[in-house]
Amino acid sequence: MVQSVFFYIFAILSVTGALIVVSHKNPVTSAISLVLTLFCSAVLFVLLQAHFVAAIQVLVYAGAIIVLFLFTVMFLNIREDALHFDAVNVPRKLTILFMLLSVVGYFSYTASKKVFANTVLALNDNTFGTVEGIGKSLFTDFLLPFELTSILILAAIIGVVVLAKKGDF
Amino acid sequence: MEVTINHYIVLGAILFTIGAYGVFTRRNLIVVLMSLELMLNAVNLTFVSFSQLYGDLTGQVFMIMSVTLAAAEVAIGLAFVVLIYNNYKSLDIDLLKILKG
Repeated sequence: MVQSVFFYIFAILSVTGALIVVSHKNPVTSAISLVLTLFCSAVLFVLLQAHFVAAIQVLVYAGAIIVLFLFTVMFLNIREDALHFDAVNVPRKLTILFMLLSVVGYFSYTASKKVFANTVLALNDNTFGTVEGIGKSLFTDFLLPFELTSILILAAIIGVVVLAKKGDF
Repeated sequence: MEVTINHYIVLGAILFTIGAYGVFTRRNLIVVLMSLELMLNAVNLTFVSFSQLYGDLTGQVFMIMSVTLAAAEVAIGLAFVVLIYNNYKSLDIDLLKILKG
């Protein structure tokens, strides 16, 4: 019962934040609303018994990605009148929203007919979702993808350094 | 009313739709990147839901990989945003239709 109340509160909050992200004109407001959405997702991860993933969500998304967004917006120092190109074009936007909502409505109807599981699983091991369980999984079954991730980050670092270099290319 | 995995999956679908709507309709480059983050986050929510449903940690491991990918993507994307703003003095993505170096 308590879980249901928490789910509905944070689901509604995250949808509200997402709507503000895509509809507000000021990018700073969008970034702050994105923090709201991601934080509510972290709470939902806790409800799904994925505690380590929830911590990762708060640390990486709210701590790193949003700060990067805000830093870029502040760094560019865009004036208010320079954002008028993003004005509302109501018929086109409503058409796209209606098409997307019909697709997601169909999938939601299909999903609601097929019941995956009646309730949240009763877990047999108590390391599910903890640092211990995920660490064991990362360093045994998924060792190669984990190491390849470091190559991905290295490529990103090199790419950003090349882009930030002065001069034309 | 009991909350099942279906609720989480439908919520993920709704968040993904809102993100896709932002990608399709907004013309501000930074907001388009934020909407992409919304879509990635919705997919992460679905991954963790199915991981909980099957009692299998693979979904959560994949979600961690996905978060890493999102961080790298945002770093590169915002570097592009700064370069584009310095060249065009605007963030309108409709200006970016000249494929010339």
